[in-house]
Amino acid sequence: MEILVCVKRVPDTAENEIEVNSAGTDIERDDLVYSVNEWDNYAVEEAIQIKDNVGGSVTVVSVGDEESEEVVRREMAMGADNGVLLSDDAFEGSDGKGIATLLKAAVQKGNYDLIMTGAQADDGAAQVGGMLAAMLDLPYASLVNKIEMVDDKKIKVGREIEGGNQEMSEIDLPCVLSIQTGINEPRYVGIRGIRKVASVEIPVHGAGDLGVAGDTVGAAGAKVKRLDYFVPELGEGAEMLEGSTEEIIEKLIEMLKAKGGLK
Amino acid sequence: MAGQIFAYIRYKDGVPEDSALELVAAAKKIAADAPVNALVLGSGVDAVCSAVAASYQEVWKIDNEALAYPNAEVIRKLLVNILPQDCILMVPHDTFGMDLSPGLSIKLDSPFVSDAVDFEGLDGDTLKVVRQEYGGAVSTHVNCDIASGAVINVRPGAFQPEESQAAGGSVVDKSGDIGDISAGRRYLETVVAEVGDVDITKEDVLVSIGRGIEDEDNIEIAEDLAEAMGAVVSCSRPIVDAKWLEKSRQVGTSGQTVKPKVYLACGISGSFQHLGGLKGNPFIVAINKNPKAPIFQVADVGIEADILDFLPELTDAINEQ
Repeated sequence: MEILVCVKRVPDTAENEIEVNSAGTDIERDDLVYSVNEWDNYAVEEAIQIKDNVGGSVTVVSVGDEESEEVVRREMAMGADNGVLLSDDAFEGSDGKGIATLLKAAVQKGNYDLIMTGAQADDGAAQVGGMLAAMLDLPYASLVNKIEMVDDKKIKVGREIEGGNQEMSEIDLPCVLSIQTGINEPRYVGIRGIRKVASVEIPVHGAGDLGVAGDTVGAAGAKVKRLDYFVPELGEGAEMLEGSTEEIIEKLIEMLKAKGGLK
Repeated sequence: MAGQIFAYIRYKDGVPEDSALELVAAAKKIAADAPVNALVLGSGVDAVCSAVAASYQEVWKIDNEALAYPNAEVIRKLLVNILPQDCILMVPHDTFGMDLSPGLSIKLDSPFVSDAVDFEGLDGDTLKVVRQEYGGAVSTHVNCDIASGAVINVRPGAFQPEESQAAGGSVVDKSGDIGDISAGRRYLETVVAEVGDVDITKEDVLVSIGRGIEDEDNIEIAEDLAEAMGAVVSCSRPIVDAKWLEKSRQVGTSGQTVKPKVYLACGISGSFQHLGGLKGNPFIVAINKNPKAPIFQVADVGIEADILDFLPELTDAINEQ
């Protein structure tokens, strides 16, 4: 099974408090800790497990600036065989369709049976996998939390749906899947693993290498454009309890008693 | 502006979901006077069509046995066959909408806006949309060029349902127009969630933990508090992903829908998927060390504290009473 996994370098929300910068043009990026998008990391783990079971190879691709190379390398340290970076000034400001256009070009440079993305990333749009599948005319399943091999023509997938239920389907290969967290337990990447791939060369493809027209990607091709960032005024919000811990606990216990929260 | 506005109706057991009327309100914020049509797809959908007819101009009914289960791969093909190309289609941003819409926008050659929470007006062909990023930590304005139509996923619960039934709709049977709907993904079955040792949907008081618990060993802290309160421990998604608690303990759209009287959100940031599982207007206490956590926007009472320090002190104080 030849597998391509699309990954993104994002601010790590477990390590950072995300705040809007003073001009409202971006989030505050000073001192941010970045990592691979959590959903993508589950996708890479799943790809490696499939490869370990049935053979084949895992390639990781990312669209981003040169710093995205570090997440491609990290996923190679996990066990991906190859890494590719799609990077060009012309890609900046791409909307979801622009990113999918670039990934489509990368898919067509190989011969993949299975293409995976994370179910969503930092912008919460959950869109690139579905767009990529439609551009490639391949079947698609989102929010996948189970994959079973059937034969070399098809696989069985489970999708996470409402209420904790799971929708099982059969899907023809090649196909595109977006992977939900919790599908597996991604392996730990140690310093030794990182060292092993430290000197591996990761090819960088620009617009010319991919054969994409400049006006279909980047800000020039985007029909969906982010204008600003802001923090909404959503009514009054919570009544914040202030004072010493003892005072706060005393107030809270009174409230819990009044609301039936203590038996 | 672009062509007609359509709303995709989601339903369960013949009853439209709340989103069916929320999308009427959402459409009015895009264009106050534009007629809005409903799309009702499935097998045996007359009851659903009647239920929404009064709220929409036209209800497009597509009734076919092959649509008994809403397989997004099939429905996407069908919609490409029947929708006018420059329409604006609104779809609830649930697990079906996420599956359907991004690819549909490509096939219709329309832009896609995901998880819209508000609309701030149409200027020519430019629609201004409000979205959220980073799990709701920040909001953004997004401009979408809708000259050639658009596919817009709308967050369930973000708009107040439009109850006025003045549209006086007629049901139009489009079942004959569906064309080829064979797809490379075939639905097999739905595996229903396992029932756990505790049924959190029946509990009055929940001590719910999120990422802030940091380590599996710390879950004890929440269990001790729950025991002191006579409550039960529930959680947000990351705790289940880490396999620290059973899936049956997860509150959220992809977990359980709970209706407690009191909900203690401990170290939970408060993503919309989590809050989507919290119904019945409970008294919400949020405890989080990040004062900007979105949970404080919806909680009744907030405490800025590290739950690992605060919860044991609260437990002791309750036990001393």
